[in-house]
Amino acid sequence: MNFVLQFLDAHPLITATIKILIVFTVMAGVLMYIVYLERKVLAFMQARLGPMRVGPWGLLQAIADPIKLILKEDIIPAGADKAVFVLAPVISVAAAFTAFSAVPFTQTFIISNINIGILFIVGVSSLGIYGIILGGWASNSHYPLLGSLRSAAQLVSYEVAAGMAIVGVLLISSSLSLVDIVQRQEGLWHVGGHALPLPHWNVFVQPLAFFVYLVAIVAETNRSPFDLPEAESELTAGFHTEYSGFRFSLFFMAEYTSMILVSCVAVILFWGGWLRPFEGVAWLEFLKYTPVVVFLAAAISIFLGARNNPVDGEKLVLLAIAAGCVLLAGALAVPPVTNSIQGIFWFGAKVFVFLYAFIWYRGTFPRYRYDQLMNVGWRVMIPLGLANIIVTAAALYWLRPHPAAVVGMLGR
Amino acid sequence: MIPVHWYLFLGTGLFTVGVIGVLTRRNVIVILMSIELILNAVNINLVAFSQYFHSVDGQVFAIFVITDAAAEAAVGLGLLIALFRNKETVNADEIDILKW
Amino acid sequence: MEHTTIAEVAFFALSAVAMSSAILVITRRNPVHSAICLIVTLLSVAGIFLMQHAEFLFAVQIILYVGGIMVLYLFVIMLVNLDVAAKQAQFTRQWFVAAFTAIVLTAELGYGLYRGRAAFSLAPPVTNPPAVNNTQAVAMSLYQNYMLPVEIASVMLLVAIVGAVVMAKRKFE
Repeated sequence: MNFVLQFLDAHPLITATIKILIVFTVMAGVLMYIVYLERKVLAFMQARLGPMRVGPWGLLQAIADPIKLILKEDIIPAGADKAVFVLAPVISVAAAFTAFSAVPFTQTFIISNINIGILFIVGVSSLGIYGIILGGWASNSHYPLLGSLRSAAQLVSYEVAAGMAIVGVLLISSSLSLVDIVQRQEGLWHVGGHALPLPHWNVFVQPLAFFVYLVAIVAETNRSPFDLPEAESELTAGFHTEYSGFRFSLFFMAEYTSMILVSCVAVILFWGGWLRPFEGVAWLEFLKYTPVVVFLAAAISIFLGARNNPVDGEKLVLLAIAAGCVLLAGALAVPPVTNSIQGIFWFGAKVFVFLYAFIWYRGTFPRYRYDQLMNVGWRVMIPLGLANIIVTAAALYWLRPHPAAVVGMLGR
Repeated sequence: MIPVHWYLFLGTGLFTVGVIGVLTRRNVIVILMSIELILNAVNINLVAFSQYFHSVDGQVFAIFVITDAAAEAAVGLGLLIALFRNKETVNADEIDILKW
Repeated sequence: MEHTTIAEVAFFALSAVAMSSAILVITRRNPVHSAICLIVTLLSVAGIFLMQHAEFLFAVQIILYVGGIMVLYLFVIMLVNLDVAAKQAQFTRQWFVAAFTAIVLTAELGYGLYRGRAAFSLAPPVTNPPAVNNTQAVAMSLYQNYMLPVEIASVMLLVAIVGAVVMAKRKFE
């Protein structure tokens, strides 16, 4: 074991490659099941069942859909610019996945811990706009072009709002590195020497920034209620009208990947990343066993749901999954495993809450019209973000001791 | 360590390509893009010397150059749109009303 | 036998990409292709900035130049989309003289650099190793020594915004 660790330390490229493969594989799996989860959750919100045919409870739908998309005919519209048509979805996917190289999933697992982590993520994820613009233009058709220009204008506007929200967090954390930002959220809030039972997370000092960021990321990823440029009933599916088969699945992957990315960034900036809530409060130590409880609850609910399943084969598979969850819960109850699993479990749980919120918004809110969307972006979100920055900076000026250089400059 | 004059050669190369682009192309948009190439060549020079002298002033100047490029691109493209609205062309050779 | 370090490989790779896509920018017939090649050039220039430990400038180049200015260029190209322009002659009548002059200029610059390359081998001034990371150093320099240019730059951007809006607006007759 030591030999392996020494070898990995001596060859950083190999370590990085292994980490990239792990992140890529996990992300691909999460991606497939996020699509399935969205369909199921939306269905239950709309009092129907969702995919139920392909496998028990439609679980294999996530595998059937990509297979169908890959096997479809590859159509390039006549008069389309072939090179750019092929390039556009690749840009979207590459930009979305590249940004994951700076996201810390736990204290120690980050592909590359760069000083300018958050700037890098904001910059690289803004490269995804080119996939949309070029995809719409290369289709040589009116609807995609208009849809892509509208979508790109929306993305650029809400990027500014998201940036303002991030600046609010940066003022507090005084560091661009994501690992530093999470580490400064450790512990509890102290008021006058007393420790409040409240985690030291940024959302409690920057609620306005969190609200602005939440709205901005829903608009950034072209999700409901801001999905006018790509809704099927509007501009006939917008910029990806002419895309079919595997290319369409690339755009699809890019959208869901950027959804997961902005959820991860929101969790890291505002909700303490991989930190366990209420860490340090003695009477809440039992929260350490939440992973065990979650998997046991999953096993029980699968068992209860699978009891009345008419198809025997499906019932067997579901009971096997429930048994697997019980075993996993048992394995996680072992103390050394429990302690080491805390980071990734809480990060995953918080990101899952955000992704569920995205799906919830899609099932709840009616769509914004385009001019209402731009109105909210420029005339509500950006002023709120600016006000947040000014108030935060003023508060920090009065509350924190001034570095000597600032005092010298102001005294002149 | 990369010797600093290698970066200067790269800057010179990009500068040349930009100058040729400005002087030889007719499409006004491509002329504007060649100007961006020239500005990037200048930035490479500034940052090369900033690293050579371990001073951060070169990078600060490069930030101002990028800010300038943004303002100039915005105004230049606004001009282009106004021009296109009047003359329906983006060909620099056809904008010759002042010629005698 | 001198072994090439990974820095040299990275430099040659980035320079080759930058130069070739720069040449493609000025030779493409379709302005959207030129814009895409310019994006590639800007990204490789950003990589060169990163190689020189200018990490903040790397991020600024990507966010502002590639993520802002080039999006603006692409928007305008698509709004001004002229099929007529694509069929006209792309190069001016004086292209030969212009190219020749530019190459003479380059040759002069290159020769001057080549002759003076020994000057760049002098030991650089001994400075303390930076105690703060690059972003902090840039911020301290920007907001302490160069505060006035920052204010002037903000006024200039305001002027640019107003100017661009005024010029691109449709006049209501």
